Amino acid sequence: MDVCALILADSRFPGGGHVHSGGLEEAVNRKLVTSEADLPGFLRSRLRTAGALAAAFAAASAHAASRSVHSGYWRELDAELDARTPSPAQRLASRAQGRGTARAGAAAWPSPVLTTLLAETPRPHHPVVCGALTGIAGGAPADAAIAVAYLAVSGPASAAVRLLGLDPFAVNAVVARLGAEVSRVAEAAAAVAGADPAELPAPASPALDLFAEAHARHHEEEVRLFAS
Amino acid sequence: MRAEHDHVHPVSFDPTETGPDRYAPAPAASRAYRIGIGGPVGSGKTALTAALCRALGGELNLAVVTNDIYTTEDADFLRKAGVLAPERVEAVQTGACPHTAIRDDITANLDAVETLESRFPGLDLVIIESGGDNLTAVFSRGLADSQVFVVDVAGGDKVPRKGGPGVTTADLLVINKTDLAPLVGADLTVMTADAHCMRGDLPVITQSLVETPDAPDVAAWVRSVLPVRAG
Repeated sequence: MDVCALILADSRFPGGGHVHSGGLEEAVNRKLVTSEADLPGFLRSRLRTAGALAAAFAAASAHAASRSVHSGYWRELDAELDARTPSPAQRLASRAQGRGTARAGAAAWPSPVLTTLLAETPRPHHPVVCGALTGIAGGAPADAAIAVAYLAVSGPASAAVRLLGLDPFAVNAVVARLGAEVSRVAEAAAAVAGADPAELPAPASPALDLFAEAHARHHEEEVRLFAS
Repeated sequence: MRAEHDHVHPVSFDPTETGPDRYAPAPAASRAYRIGIGGPVGSGKTALTAALCRALGGELNLAVVTNDIYTTEDADFLRKAGVLAPERVEAVQTGACPHTAIRDDITANLDAVETLESRFPGLDLVIIESGGDNLTAVFSRGLADSQVFVVDVAGGDKVPRKGGPGVTTADLLVINKTDLAPLVGADLTVMTADAHCMRGDLPVITQSLVETPDAPDVAAWVRSVLPVRAG
């Protein structure tokens, strides 16, 4: 696995990820997740939907970044991911992390490929930036895919520790037990990395979409600690 | 350094040693100057921010980013105080980690600053108020050009002596709510002496916003650190 992918998946990476809970805060506020026992179900569902979607686009982006792509490709890829992200709040959350990751990535792995990507999409989606940076650094589509698939569960898991005061060892064990599934999601994503953006998979999670919208609405009325 | 210690080391490992930052950043003239205001919960960061807006709002093009855990609470306070137009205040969420948002991963705050800069071209100053935190929380130099650490008399007169990066390294230490000293049995002389002892040459200002609502001393310090803009 390329070190770039490890850096992107590290919770210490300064890309703005720590202020997002991936819907976990809303699920906690609705008492749908109240203990460690509820966590595997939430995380597995998120991995199979939002995680698989992010992995597919990260893999495609890594594939594209290591080749020469036609002008307008990044805008196309961005539009296809937008079409698969029906919640405006989730789009905003993804673009905020994409922008943050691009800022950190431009300092760490400067490249004309990243410059072109940012010229076509100034606030790119998070998986697209992660994939591009991995490709630029010399990593494979599978590396980018496993990094973002892992992030799809590690972010909410860490939010659960902070919001519910769960035992960090137990939560870490939950994430570790999802390891094989994270790998499967990444392999499936890497298998279609060279596909036309329009043909990429479109797994959906209406519940997470609704949580994201409710979370954004509640921001106006009551306490929310996470941006999403 | 002790008197009998008569030689110097290339690197000091003395955690209490302080001095002005030798590597003060040179902010680009193309962007607003950023001042971070940090300190423990309830020490008066928001009240100081409001006071600075009152004092400087007429002479500077300024905006505020708040990091309070109650998300919009501080922003509402500033708006209701009528000291700053609502569109000049941005609130950010810190994911339950206020120190991470100002130090380890400053992305959310930088985004808020950039949003304000694009909304108000030619912005002179952005005040970034951190969420209430502990004595170790300091702003990254990548986020704040200079930083103010606010402690208060009612929080205990031992606080400056405890040190920590906030007290020892902030560009300005403000000892707030001095009007409460007789009521809580705090010794201001001890607090100030401890603060100077911990901070070496770095400045310390004592103030009471009850007595001087516009924080004139801190406002004067802010004017002194602002870069002179070309043109």
